[in-house]
Amino acid sequence: MIKKHWYKILAVGLILYTLWFGLMGDVPRKVVLNESIRNLYFHVPMWFGMILILAASAYHSIRYLMKPAMLHDNKADSTAKVGVIFSLLGMATGMVWAQFTWGAWWSGDPKQNTSAIAILIYLAYLVLRGSFNEEQQRARISAVYNIFAFACLVPLLFILPRLTDSLHPGNGGNPGFGAYDLDNRMRVVFYPAVIGWTLLGFWIASLRTRIITLEQKAHE
Amino acid sequence: MVLLLAFQSLAKGQVEVEMADVMRADGKIYVVVSVLLIIFIGLIMYLINLDRKVSKIENK
Repeated sequence: MIKKHWYKILAVGLILYTLWFGLMGDVPRKVVLNESIRNLYFHVPMWFGMILILAASAYHSIRYLMKPAMLHDNKADSTAKVGVIFSLLGMATGMVWAQFTWGAWWSGDPKQNTSAIAILIYLAYLVLRGSFNEEQQRARISAVYNIFAFACLVPLLFILPRLTDSLHPGNGGNPGFGAYDLDNRMRVVFYPAVIGWTLLGFWIASLRTRIITLEQKAHE
Repeated sequence: MVLLLAFQSLAKGQVEVEMADVMRADGKIYVVVSVLLIIFIGLIMYLINLDRKVSKIENK
């Protein structure tokens, strides 16, 4: 029981901890940001979680290409979908935060633009999956595309925004949150939040994997 | 004189940054946090329920 469910328990525990201390704990006092600095505990983990979940998705796609078992494809599919949900949540929460600190929902910030492109690339993955009738063909071609999508995601989110001026901390000469904002008080809440939300994403993805695996068994 | 005082406070870096101190002290912010926790726990319980249902079908 514990062997199979430990990560789910850990996910819930960590998120409960961050919900409480994320709102009740002490944070640095910054002009403009004010209390909204606490968004770091909720907005940023969506993106960190998305990257980790989509990395897992690419990993399952590679596994599928090495050994074409449907389970690998099911896992790649489910994790990609959860990753897209995380990215949409990250985008929505980021826009709310931007409205109240940068003054606009969308300011064409490089990181906003590249994130939007990244989301479109993954939406195309979902469209691609939907356009096949034959299972093996869908799995193989989607796996190749998924690896390509992840290879695009990394420069889009971590390299391109840094090459130009950006409002995001840590980009275009801006110091990252890590430089001075993310002090130790925040670190002890931020990292558990990242781990907690990522594990929760894996839990939801595993549920979906199990359901579609059951569906495939029922079809046979 | 006012300018001088203003410069002094700036020099000391004592710019007052507004935070929800009063809210935290007696504004019952903890009530909101509790509500958030209840909603989150409720959703998680539903997720656990779903997990169990899938397990049941798998074991059939």
